[in-house]
Amino acid sequence: MTNSVKTSENNLVSYGLAQAHLLIAVLYVFIAVLAGLTFSLQFIDLYPFKDIALLSPGRIRMVHTQAVAYAWLANAFFGVLHYMIPKLTNHKIYSEKLGWFVFYAYNFLILATVALILGGHAQGLEWAETPRILDPFIAVVVVLFVFNMVTPIYKARANPYYVSVWYVLAALIWTPIVYLMGNFLPQYVFPGTSGAAISSMYIHDLVGLFVTPIGTAMAYYLLPVILKRPLYSHALSLIGFWGLAFFYPMNSTHHYLYSPIPMWSQYAGIVASVGVHIVVYTVVFNVIATMSQDWKTVMSNIPLRFLFVGIICYLITCIQCAVQVTLSVQKIIHFTDWVVGHSHFVLFGVFSFWSFAWIYYLLPRLLKTPMYSASMMSWHFWLSTGGIFLMQFDLLSAGLVQGNLWADLAPFIDSVIASVPFWWVRTFSGMMIFVGEALFIINVYMTWKQSREQTSVPSGSSVQMAKA
Amino acid sequence: MASKNFEKFSSVFLLAGLTSLIIAFLILGLAPATMVNGMAPDEGLPAKIPSDFQKYYSSVDQYRSALKHGRDVYVSEACWHCHSQYVRPVSNESLRYGPVSQPGEYHNVLNLPQLFGTRRVGPDLSRESGKRPNDWQFAHLYNPKSVEPRSVMPSYGYYFEVRKKDGSPLKGEDFNSPEVEIVPKQEAIDLVAYLQWLGNQVSERSNSTFDPSAIVMPPTE
Repeated sequence: MTNSVKTSENNLVSYGLAQAHLLIAVLYVFIAVLAGLTFSLQFIDLYPFKDIALLSPGRIRMVHTQAVAYAWLANAFFGVLHYMIPKLTNHKIYSEKLGWFVFYAYNFLILATVALILGGHAQGLEWAETPRILDPFIAVVVVLFVFNMVTPIYKARANPYYVSVWYVLAALIWTPIVYLMGNFLPQYVFPGTSGAAISSMYIHDLVGLFVTPIGTAMAYYLLPVILKRPLYSHALSLIGFWGLAFFYPMNSTHHYLYSPIPMWSQYAGIVASVGVHIVVYTVVFNVIATMSQDWKTVMSNIPLRFLFVGIICYLITCIQCAVQVTLSVQKIIHFTDWVVGHSHFVLFGVFSFWSFAWIYYLLPRLLKTPMYSASMMSWHFWLSTGGIFLMQFDLLSAGLVQGNLWADLAPFIDSVIASVPFWWVRTFSGMMIFVGEALFIINVYMTWKQSREQTSVPSGSSVQMAKA
Repeated sequence: MASKNFEKFSSVFLLAGLTSLIIAFLILGLAPATMVNGMAPDEGLPAKIPSDFQKYYSSVDQYRSALKHGRDVYVSEACWHCHSQYVRPVSNESLRYGPVSQPGEYHNVLNLPQLFGTRRVGPDLSRESGKRPNDWQFAHLYNPKSVEPRSVMPSYGYYFEVRKKDGSPLKGEDFNSPEVEIVPKQEAIDLVAYLQWLGNQVSERSNSTFDPSAIVMPPTE
């Protein structure tokens, strides 16, 4: 931030690229939530597309998770990075043309993924259901994106980096390695238990080494910029960063506890997961301490409100993580809806919220138009917040009921019957979130439309943005 | 800035971060593979066709490739997102499902990729072999509610053909009419072959006669 230079802003950042990634991300989050909501109807016997192969519930489920991770979050992250990295390093990305190639190629691959999954060609690996035939292409596109982004970071190496750059740099280096490891080794090289060990690394590292560092970088950038106050502690943020670098990769086996994977590997995963506390508390303390200098702004500013709820969700979800990885808790909650609740909290409550914050902050600046409707933003915020907390509470409770019924050796169908009320509430909370996302996409579309209509506004006015 | 000194070693730290990922990969990713090495990946595939499937398959090779095809159907329908494939040594799972899973039993081409799963909306399937007759499996796939009224499993009617027994075209007849038959397509047959194989490779079969559904709850009145 300190090294961002206002005068060269227009040449520094490729507004078109950032805008393209963010706008398509908004479309994808709507589709992702719609797919999730549709899938949830299966559980309460209201599924609308019975016996249609292309829209079979299992396939829609995979579209939901893939769309959340790779279409929505990845595009939102790419868009934000196109803005954040040039601003932080004061250097342009390597090539704008390459950036556009990545945009088109990546989103073509997303559409191909959806088409092939619905056509019945999914890969049998969790969070990696992208059809096998597309995996190499995605790897290439990701490497090209990384190259584009690492170039300005490399050029700026003379000065100390702001902590966000550290996080982004690490994520950019880890992500291609993690992607190649998780998509190819269990598919072609290691069968069974050994494949599961690697698969668990992928499940974990996708969130831990791609989503978490970029998300944290986004929070650490946006907060001081909007509050116009420095981050509470730079040193603390770096401790959090190195904690992440050392503890997160070792966490992985906690996804398959009590599985045939060797027990010592599971113990290592549990110990490292508890170590994640260090990371969490430094990040949470740093963010809250920065916010506490000006609560008034935090509470009245929509991006900061999203950021605030996100950090609360982050705290809850990470404490939850460190508790649920212990073996005694795993006995009951593994395989239940508890885990489903946990992952919704992470990917929606934390990282989607931070992406919403960024989009509400950045889009008016990119489009040079204030957001169309402030009340729609507010409704989006409250429906998303209400929806995710209700869903979390509901699914955690459902998980405890299911796990205990199983341990008590009740007939299996009893756990299904007992879950149905919880699944109704889950669908209701999903509808709250869905309505929020619908308002979001309408709001963004109207803002975009207005920006088309008033293209002749002088660029100087872009500084006076709507109080997003 | 106190952290300036700290950051002088930043490139060392960056390398260390990368190393920590590699170390984690070696320890948690690759090391477990050494526990099952030395086994040929084809070990564990059946040497003969089970009697129930002899009417569908003529040779062992055909049966084996049908198992792979059935596994592909299982993957494409995301069955593994609601049915896990390992039995844990806790939560009374060995009573409910059968013997606790061992690393070696997954070392075959049908577990490439592995399908452990992380959620049980429906029961674990790693000991499914022989638990229920094929007819039950077909009826269940065609319409789960026909055998378990409270099931929330999707129906897979598109893997079945509804036709008249004499081969004449179907014209709005009642499905319950004795003239009409519902026959599984190849996908359904292969999928059931795969399901009936799951757990078949385990030599120590469960002799437990424990039947959870036999527990009679005390009358409420």
